[in-house]
Amino acid sequence: MPAPRTETVETLVTGLRAGDRRALARAISHIEDGTPLARPLLAALYSQAGRAHLIGVTGAPGTGKSTLVNGLALAYRRRGYTVGIVAVDPTSPFTGGALLGDRVRMRDLAGDPGIFIRSMATRGSLGGLAQATADVVIVLDAAGFDRILIETVGVGQSEVEIASTAHTTIVVEAPGLGDEVQAIKAGVLEIADIFAVNKADREGADRTVTALKMMLGQGVPDKYPIMHHGRLLPVTLPPLEAAPSATWVPPIHKTIAIQNQGIGELLDSIEAHRLYLEQSGTRQWRDRLRAASELRMILRDILLARVLDRTPVERLERLVSAVAERRLDPYTAARQLLDADRA
Amino acid sequence: MERKIRVLVAKPGLDGHDRGAKVVARALRDAGFEVIYTGIRQTPEMIAEAALQEDVDVVGLSILSGAHMALVPKVQEALHRVGREDVLLLVGGIIPDEDIPILQQMGVKGVFGPGTPTSAIAEFIRRELAASEPVA
Repeated sequence: MPAPRTETVETLVTGLRAGDRRALARAISHIEDGTPLARPLLAALYSQAGRAHLIGVTGAPGTGKSTLVNGLALAYRRRGYTVGIVAVDPTSPFTGGALLGDRVRMRDLAGDPGIFIRSMATRGSLGGLAQATADVVIVLDAAGFDRILIETVGVGQSEVEIASTAHTTIVVEAPGLGDEVQAIKAGVLEIADIFAVNKADREGADRTVTALKMMLGQGVPDKYPIMHHGRLLPVTLPPLEAAPSATWVPPIHKTIAIQNQGIGELLDSIEAHRLYLEQSGTRQWRDRLRAASELRMILRDILLARVLDRTPVERLERLVSAVAERRLDPYTAARQLLDADRA
Repeated sequence: MERKIRVLVAKPGLDGHDRGAKVVARALRDAGFEVIYTGIRQTPEMIAEAALQEDVDVVGLSILSGAHMALVPKVQEALHRVGREDVLLLVGGIIPDEDIPILQQMGVKGVFGPGTPTSAIAEFIRRELAASEPVA
């Protein structure tokens, strides 16, 4: 909704730190809409964030992610933790609209002041979807929620990236979706810290578990430590020697979220993973990695915006035409834009 | 970045007929809005809470049970309690003609009966919000 004139960074930050849910909701909108308040807000909130444990929940459509998130949130509340939820759904590339229906499965959470649910559309965020989600998560984190659940449809690369910005990523599978394990195709297997085979009362659940076990047993070079999210070191910074060496083997849980079965065990695994991250030093190491990639991504966006701002539209159009007609290659064109910028 | 219009589509009360609400939700998505759909049997408190957390511009209620004269004031009270009396409140469903002016007096901005083209709802929302947007 439009910003009331009385809204300032200060009133929003004070409000959301004091538990004012309206201020929290408004702050998230500013970040999502990229209003003039967005950057100063993030700057003010960033140092307050970092306490929450971030849990990504991803999987193919129809695996029951929302119901699982509902169950996990209830279980966390019973153990005394407050829970923020960000449910991400795709924006239609044709109309720019989105239908966000995750709340339908989260009605058990209504009326609890220890829970805050925000539905988010992917939009066409310039800074990348992962960054846009991470920024919204910072607001919930700064507002003091103990656990933040980030639910995404694990079908595209960007959704996978969002999930991987979490500390603990749960990949949700379900039997009977036409393939024993959907994740093989989607490539989300590598980011899983924990697997949930949901709808486990369905035929084929055991086959799905077996298939996952087999895949986890394969292709892991034993001379390298398995890093967070099961990944081998993707970049050189920080150096390999600095990486913590303890290993985490992703557990596989059978759940029936709709009947609240297996949720407690799943939650125990999340907490075990959280402890593992802290005790092995992986969390610290991982936070550094994230900071490095975040900084790089933001820098890239700022530089891109700066160059495009200074380039006359006609000049850009001429270069685009030249590349499209193959009179010029895109690398030379980009170089020309940069050189013109410097001149 | 352009500010996205966010709309909550909710069904208060006990009737379980949600086809109309779903059709409207999809149509508004196709009109370029971000539509938060909450499903059937929502209490006024649940609707107000969702409007607050999702920071929506518009709340659209679908009511086919005939209980609109009782439900609408309750939803408004709940919205008021959470400080969201500022939303553009719309009602759709089976609403007798004689009730429409009363609902409008209560503060409902638009009432849409069966047969309303969905594009008319989208246009109405855009027009109303443009009129209430503070001038920069």
